[in-house]
Amino acid sequence: MEEVIRAENLTKVFNKNIIAVDHINFSVYEGEIFGFLGPNGAGKTTTINMLTTVLKPTEGTASILGFDIVKQANEVRKVIGVVPQEYTADEDLTGYENIMLCADLYGVPRDIARKRALELLELVNLIEFKDKRVETYSGGMRRRLELACGLINRPKILFLDEPTLGLDVQTRAAIWDYIRHLKEEYDMTIFMTTHYLEEADALCNRIAIIDHGKIIANGSPNELKDSLGGDIITITIKENADVTDIISSIEKVKEVKKENNTYRIKAESGEVTAPIIIEALRQKGYTILRLSVSEPTLNEVYLEYTGRAIRDTEESKESIITQRIILRRARGR
Amino acid sequence: MSPKTNECHPSFIRGLWALTYRELKKWLNDPIMLIMFILQPLIWMGLLGKSLNIQGLFSAGNINLPPQIPIPGSAIIYPPGVSQVILNGTWFSQLFANMGINIMQRTFGVTDYFSYMAIGMVSMIVVTATMFSGMSIVWDRRLGFLDKVISTPVSRATIIFSKILNSTLRAMFQASVILALAYILGLQLSSNFTIINIIGIYAAIFLLSTGLSSIFLAVSIRATRMERPMQIVNLIIMPLMFSSNIFFPISMMPEWLQPIASANPLTYLTDAIRQLTILPLDISALIIDFIYLSVFAIILAIIGIVLSWKYLVK
Ligand SMILES: Nc1ncnc2c1ncn2[C@@H]1O[C@H](COP(=O)(O)OP(=O)(O)OP(=O)(O)O)[C@@H](O)[C@H]1O
Ligand SMILES: [Mg+2]
Repeated sequence: MEEVIRAENLTKVFNKNIIAVDHINFSVYEGEIFGFLGPNGAGKTTTINMLTTVLKPTEGTASILGFDIVKQANEVRKVIGVVPQEYTADEDLTGYENIMLCADLYGVPRDIARKRALELLELVNLIEFKDKRVETYSGGMRRRLELACGLINRPKILFLDEPTLGLDVQTRAAIWDYIRHLKEEYDMTIFMTTHYLEEADALCNRIAIIDHGKIIANGSPNELKDSLGGDIITITIKENADVTDIISSIEKVKEVKKENNTYRIKAESGEVTAPIIIEALRQKGYTILRLSVSEPTLNEVYLEYTGRAIRDTEESKESIITQRIILRRARGR
Repeated sequence: MSPKTNECHPSFIRGLWALTYRELKKWLNDPIMLIMFILQPLIWMGLLGKSLNIQGLFSAGNINLPPQIPIPGSAIIYPPGVSQVILNGTWFSQLFANMGINIMQRTFGVTDYFSYMAIGMVSMIVVTATMFSGMSIVWDRRLGFLDKVISTPVSRATIIFSKILNSTLRAMFQASVILALAYILGLQLSSNFTIINIIGIYAAIFLLSTGLSSIFLAVSIRATRMERPMQIVNLIIMPLMFSSNIFFPISMMPEWLQPIASANPLTYLTDAIRQLTILPLDISALIIDFIYLSVFAIILAIIGIVLSWKYLVK
């Protein structure tokens, strides 16, 4: 597979002391959906801003389709599409005018642009609102409009910065349908950031977990889960005895944690190991009351690597967006 | 797979027009703001130009002499047969009134003050329109629009020039409105006013507002809130106005102010427009005005564009 994005020691330091992105290295291959996962302030947006030539790296560099993001910024800009974290469409223009504005900036030939703008508006279900001012759009509509704008130049690589932030569940699902569909249709590579773990799990071919500006884990969702050392088997026995030693002695068991009569066991290929454990316990005369085998979720991966649960979901979308705006102002960007 | 993605051919002109059109459209969508901008010079015109009736001080109506003025007393030795000398009061009234007109003519170049200061207001609106529209970049940055534009292949020059063009077009438009209003309110055009003069007026406005908006763009391009550029505008706008000839001719100013006024580009814009509208055209003065304005515009535009270029991307 061909490498389409390559970052080498990419670093951004703000105001000489805030290290937002700290010497990160990664590659993205053609046709994949690559996810950047991390808590607030991890450096996701900063990385996207550097890759999309909005910010200059302090150190290191990256290339997009072989073009250097600093030295060949203009070539880079032609082949990428960007859907920023904030709503950046012009409130005073209509949806259609906004898309056409993007087309003008990209220099998409006028006749093609007109046709494509309508196609895209159709695709993101905004066609009936195309002549309404963006001011009157809801958050989900704006997000979809941003998406359409980011696609007007048929980018080879699409950058999505938290494309579903603050959207309700249905709209999120719908957006992801569009994105999947578009990816097939236009044969794009997608670089996205998110902090919705399920989303990353379901969509991304590969994920990098970033925290405090550093990439701390990197791989496909399954690889990452496997890296935890296998599945989680939970067993509850009737007797008040400590069977930790019995379980630990079984091959493929990695780790056993006891909590009263319940044991949380980390083991490779859980479906196969579980029956062996049951057998061993039965032979010693223990009674098993309950058993479950589960694959680790990305949540557990995240917990393992960052040492904390991802803080999201509970916050209302309004508050997230308000915070964003306040933050943007405070940072002065 | 196909590398035909590069159907994109960002062009300077197209990008320039797209960005400028966007701003003009935003601006036209906001008629209240438009009226507010025009209101200010309109109030000045009403207050100073119409109510403070300077030429009225000297007008014939102000000098009330009886038609016949007897000169009493023994100051005059009467010729034989004449008991009293009588002055022709009407003639004297006329004489004083003419002197008034002469004074007006000599100090202001025209006989009515309204025409004089109305043109000053045209210059004023050019300055305010230019400065305020230069600030729109602050919003663009704050709302993330600027970042998005930077991520497209449109050139930085396009972004900067669209801002300058937008300010200039707005200034020209608002100046036209003020000129038209002044004409309706009684601006007296000189007899040699032709359509060609209008081109000259726009050329002069273009020069000043290009220079001013470039420098203003550089001031606001890094700003993240409106307050800073706003304060700068407030700080400089009044001194700029009162140290120019928009209300009074330089010759009437105190001595220390005269050199400042003679360096103030607003003086040259105002003079150029006056030459082209209400004054009997003095070609050599007009040429000096244009040379000064051009030099000013070029220097400020260069400084402004270079700085904006530098500060556009962090
Ligand atoms: N312009 C700026 N000036 C100073 N510090 C900044 C600036 N932009 C970002 N930072 C800092 O850099 C760090 C990374 O910010 P970034 O926006 O990349 O985070 P993020 O991963 O996108 O977070 P979120 O999930 O909230 O979007 C944060 O600590 C932030 O405060
Ligand atoms: Mg972010």
